[in-house]
Amino acid sequence: MFIPHTDADRAAMLRTVGIEKLEDLFVDVPEKYRFPTLDLPPALTEMEVTAELQEIADANESVHELACFLGAGAYNHYIPAAVDAIIRRGEFLTAYTPYQPELSQGTLQAIFEYQSNVVALTGMEVCNASHYDGATAVAEAVNMAYANFRGKRIRIILSPALNPQYRQTVRTYAEGSPVVLLGDGPDADLHADPNSLIPLIDADTALVVVQYPDFFGRIYDYTNLAESAHALGALLAISVNPIALGLLKAPGFMGADIVTGEGQPLGIPLSFGGPYLGLFATRKEYVRKMAGRLTGETVDNRGQRAYVLTLTAREQHIRREKATSNICTNQGLIALASTVYMSLLGKNGLRQVAELCFHKAHYAATEIAKLSGYSLWSPATFFNEFVVQTPVPVSEINDLLLDHDILGGYDLSQDYPDLDRHMLIAVTEMNSREHIDQLVEVLTEVSNG
Amino acid sequence: MNIPSELKYTESNEWINMDGKTGTVGISDYAQNQLSDIVFAEVIVSEGDSVKKGDTIATVESVKAAADVYSPVSGKVLSVNESLAGAPEVINSDPYGGAWIVKIELDNSAELDTLLDAPAYEKLIQEGQ
Repeated sequence: MFIPHTDADRAAMLRTVGIEKLEDLFVDVPEKYRFPTLDLPPALTEMEVTAELQEIADANESVHELACFLGAGAYNHYIPAAVDAIIRRGEFLTAYTPYQPELSQGTLQAIFEYQSNVVALTGMEVCNASHYDGATAVAEAVNMAYANFRGKRIRIILSPALNPQYRQTVRTYAEGSPVVLLGDGPDADLHADPNSLIPLIDADTALVVVQYPDFFGRIYDYTNLAESAHALGALLAISVNPIALGLLKAPGFMGADIVTGEGQPLGIPLSFGGPYLGLFATRKEYVRKMAGRLTGETVDNRGQRAYVLTLTAREQHIRREKATSNICTNQGLIALASTVYMSLLGKNGLRQVAELCFHKAHYAATEIAKLSGYSLWSPATFFNEFVVQTPVPVSEINDLLLDHDILGGYDLSQDYPDLDRHMLIAVTEMNSREHIDQLVEVLTEVSNG
Repeated sequence: MNIPSELKYTESNEWINMDGKTGTVGISDYAQNQLSDIVFAEVIVSEGDSVKKGDTIATVESVKAAADVYSPVSGKVLSVNESLAGAPEVINSDPYGGAWIVKIELDNSAELDTLLDAPAYEKLIQEGQ
């Protein structure tokens, strides 16, 4: 109904290509496959379609109706209304790669602000205009470290406490390359602190990758690990939860060479897993090895402040096969959303969110640890996520929790066979004390059998 | 276009200046002119490395392009020009002097016969234009 061609237009086009009717275009397709009968129901009006889709959507249970204690890489945070209002402005929503600075100052300035915020948050020196998500950002860190040593160092050490999905993504990216991934095998000691990775570092090691807080929620200072990596010439990458950085020491001050992260907690809805935002920051000396777009501040020929894409010669469209990565696509709109979120909250607001997450999570952990049959898996300091040993399989508990409108924690047995009956529980500022008390109450039912 | 007659050249626009068994290598005036303003140079071999003719020894980036620099000969790297990283613009201003990239001790001097002399190189770049 929205196809603009008239019958006269079609006739003219058919004449031009030298055929009589549209069907003549398909003569190369075997006749029996040419016009298969489609078993479709009668056409519906827009109003009817909307009603039907709404009915299907209503079968979902979302974090708007449930108390959510599920995290494991994506977190349920409050998103101020201004985030959506600003990113929906036509100037931002429809913008494509800002190659022409004279047309794109607003978009370029937004990217510059994003980079500045991420640099401040991570304690690093430069930041690109984003990757797809936390997983691909880690994979790009591996790419960059490998490129940095020009293939002369091929070992990449992955902490077993790095998000399992990130490790899978790194393995997908490394497929067919000489890179050797190690450190996260089935025999890895999950209780060990990050210093246990130090003996694996050698002169053939390009990169060590850890997570902060780690996948199990634990907080470690990686300064010692960074020094050990540097002593043997290797780099250290730290994958972060940016909300935690509102409260914790920035990884740049621990000696990280690359900081990546999942930007979703910064004002991005959960949305079934995407689109999310890959944070990527590094030190100045590696800027030419970094993939992705980069915006810089300069002055125009009238001396006015202006923004441009910069250091573009390092990018895939010029360097082609010499580039570190062929990824230049970024999450421009999502990066903007995170910029608006960070700007609305400011340094103090982000700290408040982080403190709320921290204190609520610790209240929940304390209450759960009192229950018979439940115990905290690790004595290590944690941020907003912690592992609980459960008396029965996690899936059974989660079924029961869902009956009480509670979305339970992550079942760690999915990724770690040794962690059968271990639940990773996430708490954010969205969880009221009533939510937490309800969770504890339902868990008590299980412990009492 | 400055094409010193005492140097040998490659089709990929490197020059080599022989002194005994040691050759000093850089990129030609024509190459720097084609690249325009050079903003970054990185020598990717180190002293003591063995290189083969055609191996990448450096990367240079200008405001509009990135290019690899290839070794014109096989041999051992005796030294690299450490000052290029801090002042890559020397490649534009002094391509045959301060912008030398590496010094290489040749494995086989006969390899020089495969390179172009100044008139042949001049002819090559004129044909290319």
